[in-house]
Parts: sequence; structure tokens; C-alpha cells
Amino acid sequence: MTASKLVRAATRSIFRNKMRSFLTSLGIIIGVCSVIVMVAVGSGSQDSIRKRIESMGTNLLMVMPPRGPREANRLSMGDVDKLRSESSYLSAISGVVRLSGVKAVGGSGDWSTSVYGVEPDYFDIKGWELGSGEALTSVDLQRRAKVAVLGSTVATELFGDEDPLGQTVRIATTPFTVIGVLVSKGSGNNGIDQDDIALVPLDTAVNRLMRNGNVQSIEMSVVREDLMDEAEAEVTAILTEAHRLSPGDDLDFDVMNQADIIATASATAETLTSLLAAIAGVSLIVGGIGIMNIMLVSVTERTREIGIRMSVGARKRDILLQFLAESVILSLLGGLIGILLALGISWALSAFMGMPTIVSVDVIAASVGFAAAVGIFFGFYPARKAANLYPIDALRYE
Amino acid sequence: MAVIALRGVKRHYVVGDITVRAIRGLDLDVESGEFVAVMGPSGSGKSTLMNTLGCLDKPTEGSYVLGGLETATASSDEFADIRNDRIGFVFQGFNLLSRTSALENVELPLFYDRSGSKLDQKARAKAALEEVGLGDRLDHTPNQLSGGQQQRVAIARAMVKDPAFILADEPTGNLDTEMSLEIMSLFQELNERGKTIVMVTHEPEIAAYTRRVITMRDGEIVSDEPVSERRRAADDLAAWRERHAGFAASGGLS
Repeated sequence: MTASKLVRAATRSIFRNKMRSFLTSLGIIIGVCSVIVMVAVGSGSQDSIRKRIESMGTNLLMVMPPRGPREANRLSMGDVDKLRSESSYLSAISGVVRLSGVKAVGGSGDWSTSVYGVEPDYFDIKGWELGSGEALTSVDLQRRAKVAVLGSTVATELFGDEDPLGQTVRIATTPFTVIGVLVSKGSGNNGIDQDDIALVPLDTAVNRLMRNGNVQSIEMSVVREDLMDEAEAEVTAILTEAHRLSPGDDLDFDVMNQADIIATASATAETLTSLLAAIAGVSLIVGGIGIMNIMLVSVTERTREIGIRMSVGARKRDILLQFLAESVILSLLGGLIGILLALGISWALSAFMGMPTIVSVDVIAASVGFAAAVGIFFGFYPARKAANLYPIDALRYE
Repeated sequence: MAVIALRGVKRHYVVGDITVRAIRGLDLDVESGEFVAVMGPSGSGKSTLMNTLGCLDKPTEGSYVLGGLETATASSDEFADIRNDRIGFVFQGFNLLSRTSALENVELPLFYDRSGSKLDQKARAKAALEEVGLGDRLDHTPNQLSGGQQQRVAIARAMVKDPAFILADEPTGNLDTEMSLEIMSLFQELNERGKTIVMVTHEPEIAAYTRRVITMRDGEIVSDEPVSERRRAADDLAAWRERHAGFAASGGLS
């Protein structure tokens, strides 16, 4: 019996029972489809994180506390000043503190937002522009002025249609005067609204809003891209000295360049992607169990057919292969439909919902392979059960 | 040369503590071109003999030579090949694949053919169906055919590989008189063309169309006689039709 005959016979019996075959492969369809879509959404958002960071310029450096408990943070405003005065490669530098979930109350409403304490250079580093009013100045910092620049979302939520300039916003009970509103950057990838932000002078934030005098990160622009390595080494050296670390000590800060930032930023997305793909993978296995279930029913139901086939000369192996071929074709067909569905959904997500998706050929190949493996694995037991039937009993089966 | 040669065949089943002796030592020869009826009450062992002859079941003891090949030592794969190559089955319940056309049903034994012959399967299956008078029903599925037609499809399937003999298990058991006569007349026709047929039946009227009747009881052959007054099924069929045509006509007039 040749392979083509086998496939033809199996396909014929699958199509003899269209509705049932469809329902059986539905598990595989959903499984394959969700694996591909999950990975497509995941790698799409990773890609857009990467693009966004890249768009900020390739000359960024960032100092962060090492991963671990919050108390380990030893970055201070003093470090920022020392870097500013001693480094020869930096064109802009800003210490940054960030508080999320801060309640802001404005003229016509209140809103929970993220408040950043920054220095004037921060606007240059990020490339943010003002839609109206003006940016923070060094004078504001020195005077610890209670002034704020709002993202457009915050401005709208707090002041509605009114002009927010000159108005008062209470951030965590402290009144601030609005001096500027940022140009809207729109909601970025993974649905995070980039305009949901309020910027205040760093010194004001540290003194009024924070419990300790640390900064959470230091962001810098390097004068030229080809000086990144030198700048990174210099920043590390200056901070090592400032923190009085001996050579060989563990550093109590991390200096990251753009590649590091991308890696950090996309690490979460990557973990999430793997997690979602794993969950989707479980649904593939559940789909496989569905196939096994139906194949078992099918073997019982077709006992007589098996008997007839055996009586006209089918060997055990022929029966085994026939049922195995049926379950593999069933899961491959399911896989195929799943792929088409996934392509459609991925397209729709990016076309209608603005979610970036990247469908990768690797994932498609892997999920088809997995679907076939599921077919073989879960088809084998029913197929063997069919093959081991005794011809006389199978023929007499009512 | 004997197509079938059984020597000292015994078949015992162990059911719990009891050993059932379904066949207790059988010797039987069937020559090529014979038409044999196996009769006997239920429990006489004729089904077991049938399964043994059909290579569906292996005897506990004894030798079964089929067309010069000893089957007692065959493996289950060899058994399958023997069934494919040398035996054509016709069952009481037709045993056709449902929702499958007559042509595909007849092709089934060719599907499992291992001789590697490059013969055109479709043409062969078609020829077999034409031979049983169903050349115009190739694409009909079993539920579109009458019982008699279904049985004829089964006979075509049994013959498609030109086996050593046709083994029929109560082939008329599910059929009315007219269809039974049709089937028996087809069998007689095939037999006259040289086919060897072994048929299990419990109806003496049906056995009367064969050439030789073997009667079994308690797992042994109690009589083995040639049929003295052999009837022709085609004649009986014609007579039956005439009678019923007349009956229908008179019924219609009154």
C-alpha cells in the first residue's frame, strides 16, 4: 500500500464526516492559531519597543541602580552634578525620579498619572517638544519652583477644554503651576499612553514628593555616537570614584547603552510572549486529546469496517497506518486552518487596532510540526487499538 | 488437485474453566470447481470451520493446506495476505463499507494487494461488477442498492482478485426468495465457469443448488454426499417470477 493511497483513503474517511472532523480539529485550529497570534503580538511589541528606543537616538546612556532591593539604590543628585562637571563626552544629562499612580487634581477633574522629576536637559535627551508654554529651566530647579509641564492626556483630563497654562494643579496635595503642555505623542505600542505624564523640576520632586534624596536613574546623551564606549567607561569611572568603590568591588549601579536598554525593556515583553505561547501550547495539547477522544470513538464505531478490511487482506500495519494517517491529516488540516486564521487575526489586529504584529515563519513551521506530532502521539493509541482487533470479533461487531 | 485439504483439524476454545471443542478432528478435501454446502444446526461447529477455512482463525491442531500452501504455521501478516490473495468472502450481512461506492468497495481487496501487479484497479473492479450484472450501478453506495444488489457487489468484491475459492457465509440469510434465487443463480453461473465455492447455510432448499452437501454436528462431519437432484436456480427464479406476475395480475383484476 503506497503513501498516496494511504493519504487518499484517510482523507476520504475524514471528509465522509465533515462536521465531526471540523469539530475535532477545532482544538488544533485554536491552538495553532493562538500560538502564532500570541507570538506575533509579542514580537510585534518587542519590535516597536526596540524601534522607539532606537528613535530616541543611538547616543543614549543611562545609569540605573542594580537590579535588586530598592534600598540598594545609591544614585544621588550629587552623582548627577559630578558627572555633569567632570565628564567630557556628555552633551546633556538629567537625573530622573519617577512616581507612578500619583493623584493630580486640576480645575475640572482629577487623574492618576506618572510624575517625573527631571532636569531641563531631559527634554533634549528624549526629544520631547512643547505644544504650548515653556519647558522647565535651571532657574526652576534652583528655586525648587512648584511648576509642572503636563502631557496632553493629563492636561485634557484635568482642565478639559480650558487652557491649562497658568492654572494650578495639585500633585499629591502640593499645588503646582502649569507652565507648559507637551506635544501629543499618541498612544504607543502595547497600549501605553505616552501622554499620560507630568514633569516637574527634579529638586522639587525630590524634596516635595520623594521620601529620600536619591535619583532613580540618570539619563545622558553622548556628544557623538562613536564615543559611546569611551563615555560609558568614563561614566563608570566617575561613579566608581564618587561611590568610593575599590577596583574589584561589585558596582552599585548599572551603566546601560541603547542595546542594554532595549534588552531590558524587551525582557518583560519576551517573558510575557513565552508565557502566552506556552499557554497557547497547552491548548494545542488539549486539542490533541480531543483528537484522541474522537479517534477512539471512531475505532469503536468503525469496528465492522476494520473487520471488513482485515477480511479482504489488510494487515495490522495497514489498519494502524490508516488510523494514524487520519489523525495526522486531521491535525495538519487543523494546523493549516489555524495558520490562515492566525494570519487573518494578526492582520486585523494591526490594521484595525493598531497593535504591531510580526508573524514569523519559524513559529508557523514549529506549530505545524507540533500539530503533526500531536496527531501522531494522540493518534497512536487509538490506531493500535484498531490494529489489534481480532478479525472475527471485528466482523461480528454490531 | 485439492484446493482445500484439512487433516485432523481441531479447534478448542477455553472459556473460563471449560474447554469448548468446536471442531473435533476434521478431514476434508475440496477439489477445484466444486460447489459445497456446509450445513448443520447452530453449535455444530460450522462457523468455526468457516473461520478456519477463511484464515480468520487458526486451528488448535491439525493441518490446513490451501492451494498447496500450509497455513498452520502462518503469521498474522501471512494470514492477511492469504485472505487477500486466495479467498473471496461473501457474508450474510453483505459487509460493504457504507457511504462508499460499489466500485470503491470492489476495489478494496486490490487496495491491499501486495503482489505489486500494475493492473488497472478501476478497470478490474469495473469488470467484476459487470460480471455480476451491476455495470450500471458503479457509483451507487450500499444504501442506494437493494439487498440482492448489495450481495452482488460483495460477490464482485470476492472475485476481483480471482481467488482460489469463494467462501460464503449464509449469503442468502438476509434476502427474500427472489433475491436469494438471484444470488444462487449467480453462484451457479460462477461455479459453471470454474469457480470453487464453499457456502455455509442452514436452508436445505438453498443447499439443493450446490453439488455437494456436508452436514456437521457437534464438531464433526456426519454426512458428506453429492447432491442427487441438483436444481437450477435460474429456472426456479423464472418460475417464481411467472407465478408472482400471474398472482399480481389476477389480484389486480379482481
